Amino acid sequence: MQLSEIKELLQCEVLTGEDDLQIDVQQVVASDGMSEILAFAKSKELMVTGLTNIQSIRTADIASVSAVVYCRGKRPDKKVIEFARQKRIPVLVTKMVMFDICGILYNRGLKGVS
Amino acid sequence: MAAELLRESFEIQGRNFDKAGEVSGEIKVILKDLGIDASYIRRVVIVAFEGEMNVVMYADRGTMTLILTDDDVNLEIKDEGPGIPDVELALQEGWSTASDEMREMGFGFGMGLPNMKKNSDEFRIDTEVGKGTAVYARVKLNANV
Repeated sequence: MQLSEIKELLQCEVLTGEDDLQIDVQQVVASDGMSEILAFAKSKELMVTGLTNIQSIRTADIASVSAVVYCRGKRPDKKVIEFARQKRIPVLVTKMVMFDICGILYNRGLKGVS
Repeated sequence: MAAELLRESFEIQGRNFDKAGEVSGEIKVILKDLGIDASYIRRVVIVAFEGEMNVVMYADRGTMTLILTDDDVNLEIKDEGPGIPDVELALQEGWSTASDEMREMGFGFGMGLPNMKKNSDEFRIDTEVGKGTAVYARVKLNANV
């Protein structure tokens, strides 16, 4: 599924990476625990998290995920968005809660990583 | 033993959450520039990042040394921290001594050391309570080595 479709499904605002929304996503990792993301992400997944500090983007970079969606309407500060832009990691934000996000994406055929 | 192609040490500032992860990010760039295969880089930088976060969370200062040979990538992470009283327990998934502040940073859920071990081909912890901890991790660059 293209990131642009995920953006519509989750009613996201794009904070950075508007030009990279054609990225294809097949799997999702969702957690507020960064070690959990690091333990399960195999690369190229969509990362869903409620953690909006600089470590969320560092984790996304280290784990080589394709894009980050922040849930519950939580917005990172400018420094974090700028860091994501430098690393070319698209960052989206949605008001939906993590449970709903996962349910919607799962329903549309995306899978978790185990 | 294969000859060293690169050895570089980085300072890690303890308790500085803003900078936490910078060293690992730098190591990722170095390995990428050297043309190391992405699957190896991924494992090395997960070890580096988890190790760096441990130093930042628990120690006043530390160093991370990256050593590259033809055969492997090695990381030596040494800190002047509290040490680990029970290494076996610390390596159990879910075991954690993290504070609420650390958990708010997204870390401290008891997966750091297990993640480091899982991504290493060889992994060793030398630690002394009250003195500090040294972690040695090796990622082989060729499974047949």
